Amino acid sequence: MKTQLRLMFRAGLIGGLIALHLTLVGMVEALNKREIIEDIITLGQLLLMGVGLGTAVYALGKLPRERRTQREGWWVALGAVSVVALILGLLALAIKPLNLRFMFQNASPALVRILTFDTPGVLGLVKLWAFLLFSGALALVYLYIPQPWDRTLSYAVGITLLMGILRALVAPLLPDIISDFLFTPSGLTQIGAVILVVLWVLFLHYWPDFKARLETWQKEAQTPQGAPIRRRLNIAFLVAILVLLLLPAILRDKGSYLFEVLDMVGIYIIMGLGLNIVVGFAGLLDLGYVAFFAIGAYTMAVLTTPELPFVRQYIPPMNFWEALPIALLLSLVSGILLGVPVLKTRGDYLAIITLGFGEIIRLLVISDLLKPILGGAQGITGVARPTFGSFVVNESWEYFYIILVTIGIGIFISTRLRDSRLGRAWKAIREDEDVAVAMGIDHVSAKLTAFATGALLAGMAGALFSSRLYSIAPHSFNVLISINVLCLLIVGGMGSLPGVVVGALALVGLPELLREFAEFRLLVYGAALVIMMLYKPEGLWPEKARVSRVAREVFGDRLKTLKVE
Amino acid sequence: MWERLRYRLRYVSGTDVALWIVAALLLVMITVGSYNSLTSGRYTGKQWFDFIISGLAQGSIYALIALGYTMVYGILFMINFAHGEVFMSGPFTAYFLAEVLEQRGLFETNPWLALGLVMLLSMAVSTVVAVSLERIAYRPLRGAPRLVPLITAIGASFFLQYTFRGLYTPGFKAYPEVQPLKGTWTLFGLEIQRMLIAVFVSSLLLLLLLYAFVQFTKVGRAIRAVAEDQQAAALMGVDVDRTISITFAVGGAAAGAAGVFYALMFRQVNFFMGFFPGLKAFTAAVLGGIGNLPGAMLGGLFLGVFESLGPSLFLEGLGVPAAYQLKDAIAFTMLVLFLIFRPTGILGERLAKRA
Repeated sequence: MKTQLRLMFRAGLIGGLIALHLTLVGMVEALNKREIIEDIITLGQLLLMGVGLGTAVYALGKLPRERRTQREGWWVALGAVSVVALILGLLALAIKPLNLRFMFQNASPALVRILTFDTPGVLGLVKLWAFLLFSGALALVYLYIPQPWDRTLSYAVGITLLMGILRALVAPLLPDIISDFLFTPSGLTQIGAVILVVLWVLFLHYWPDFKARLETWQKEAQTPQGAPIRRRLNIAFLVAILVLLLLPAILRDKGSYLFEVLDMVGIYIIMGLGLNIVVGFAGLLDLGYVAFFAIGAYTMAVLTTPELPFVRQYIPPMNFWEALPIALLLSLVSGILLGVPVLKTRGDYLAIITLGFGEIIRLLVISDLLKPILGGAQGITGVARPTFGSFVVNESWEYFYIILVTIGIGIFISTRLRDSRLGRAWKAIREDEDVAVAMGIDHVSAKLTAFATGALLAGMAGALFSSRLYSIAPHSFNVLISINVLCLLIVGGMGSLPGVVVGALALVGLPELLREFAEFRLLVYGAALVIMMLYKPEGLWPEKARVSRVAREVFGDRLKTLKVE
Repeated sequence: MWERLRYRLRYVSGTDVALWIVAALLLVMITVGSYNSLTSGRYTGKQWFDFIISGLAQGSIYALIALGYTMVYGILFMINFAHGEVFMSGPFTAYFLAEVLEQRGLFETNPWLALGLVMLLSMAVSTVVAVSLERIAYRPLRGAPRLVPLITAIGASFFLQYTFRGLYTPGFKAYPEVQPLKGTWTLFGLEIQRMLIAVFVSSLLLLLLLYAFVQFTKVGRAIRAVAEDQQAAALMGVDVDRTISITFAVGGAAAGAAGVFYALMFRQVNFFMGFFPGLKAFTAAVLGGIGNLPGAMLGGLFLGVFESLGPSLFLEGLGVPAAYQLKDAIAFTMLVLFLIFRPTGILGERLAKRA
């Protein structure tokens, strides 16, 4: 009895503190403007609901499995959620008499209205309690749904809500008639939500069958008689790629905003690929990575802009394709130049040195010292755009193709380097530098190539970035960019190429599509870094341990028992 | 003699030579710049003196923050990247108390009491933040690969920054003025701003107090024992977890006090105020030899003076326009140079290989 009470309060307090944090930081209020399902639930309420659900799940998770569905489980889960409700209720009551707004800018009457569901007096608090009890009860209900359906149902609801949240992404992809029917300007219609849940349930229910059939097809295709199947699969694959490639051109009228976001995601993917080589492959934590991005961007801008009279005395403005190789070369060289002094330092000192380098470069760019060359704090405008003959790449969906090609090159470079002798040298250095050197690896050249390749990709991203934005200013090259890129690597999984894409989509794409969320982006990044390091250090899409063909031949089945990283 | 030199030269690589050339160039630039500035007579002796005093005051604040870095590094061998945010959290929270006390007129009638209350609250908040940071984010990761806690600390740093931004305000808040610390005192015929002297003296006292705490109390001995050898300390009956928590608490309290000094000196607080002082305090800790308490204090003072003199002394002498803009760059250059050339710091310490 006593342990259960303690568990209940523990879970409730943790949940309550998280709920307090989310409300006082202003997230609930900011997200409350988005109605995810028309007249039913807003994003802010969904967030609170998530806290309630999470508290109940946490409390239940601490109980032995068989006791969860007994009376004990109900008491603990609902009790914990009630503690959360108590804490939030106290907050709602205290805001006005204690004048909490003097200190906490978000403790506003609007927040009280959200917490009490627009109902004054005791009834409002009861509503809050009931709301949280309901969200906690969802966790219990899940336990009672029979086996295959519990997952199917919860996934379907989850995906549907996600579609509502990411309306800005999903709605433009659908024909107008359907999207008008399913979506409101801020989320889903009620009918739309029901329809989507049903569709997703059906899809998820039949998905395993479909997947099994696909797998048998694939197996058949491997056999000698499978040539026709193989051909059909290949054609399907080609068609899919063609459609994906043509999608931007088809969708360009509907989603110019979508492509602005995708361009940003793409630029971050290029940077992520570069940093992945430095951090993920070679294990050199570089916090000043933004410096190379800035060098690429500034070289492109300085060489192509018609402004900057001081520079123009010597060099006439170039076009994009003339400036690009110079930008790449300069970032490559700067990667080596910055790499040389830090060769001897390792680990956390390396991180701090590179951070220092990044800041020094930013401060130099802002200063009056280099103003005639770099434009000072105002930055530079009039950066050239890429041209093909007389065709000027102007729109964001057109840029997207260039970015896509660059990503392709980046992935090609990454995979080839990863599987090369150099890649294995990096990996060895990452695992233990002393041992690697003792085994005869030239750590100087290995580290310098890592820095140089990383810098090259960052410089490429920078050149594309400045050209796409048409203008650059020094404040867009602060340490936060390095942190963002590092964060997307860690969320996606260090050293994993699909991880870079997943991380960029999740950390750069999602916040752009969720405008209300933009203010809390770095808050969530910080929390994500901590949580990932605590619970999932390998990332969402970890690098698969790859075993060489030779090793497989030598060790055969024993590999399973060998612990290969 | 020649034998030995030749022997040593065999281990000099091309990168070493390149690095030493860079270092020599920097030294030449500093000397030439300083010579130009000093001979040009652009600043009077009084002005140089002011630079030094404000540098010392600023440096003593860095020293207080650096204490937290160096103690944590001494025990856990991790850079508590979020220490700058511990420094920010105290004065930013205590601002609201200061505001209330100002409205009630306590800063008029009894400024020392008001200041003491603000200081206490700031130290308390910073301590709580530092200890919970350790408890939630760092403790579960003890024994993880070295980069893992660093990345966690970076995450925690941004989490804290934007938490306080969301809680209080994204803008600046102005600290009230303390009457007795306004104006100047005349010491030995020189006019000195009272605030600077007050900050310098009280930080120095606090530093000595903390040093005495670590050197002469039982808890302090436990801290040093854990820093020396965690397992042996545990075998001798030292509660390692508790000692580490206390270390974070001491560092947090020092940072909280430093935060109030900083807020009084610059009269404003902001959610981002911890980032640069934090980085510079880390520089100070490295300068003095990380893990070394007196070193951190010396490093802080040295960095403060260097940074305060630097722009006018050698940058202007080299003809750099608006040299004060590069004040931070000087500090970071120093950080980079020290980490590259002498990671053991001025005083040196046993941590050479660990870095």
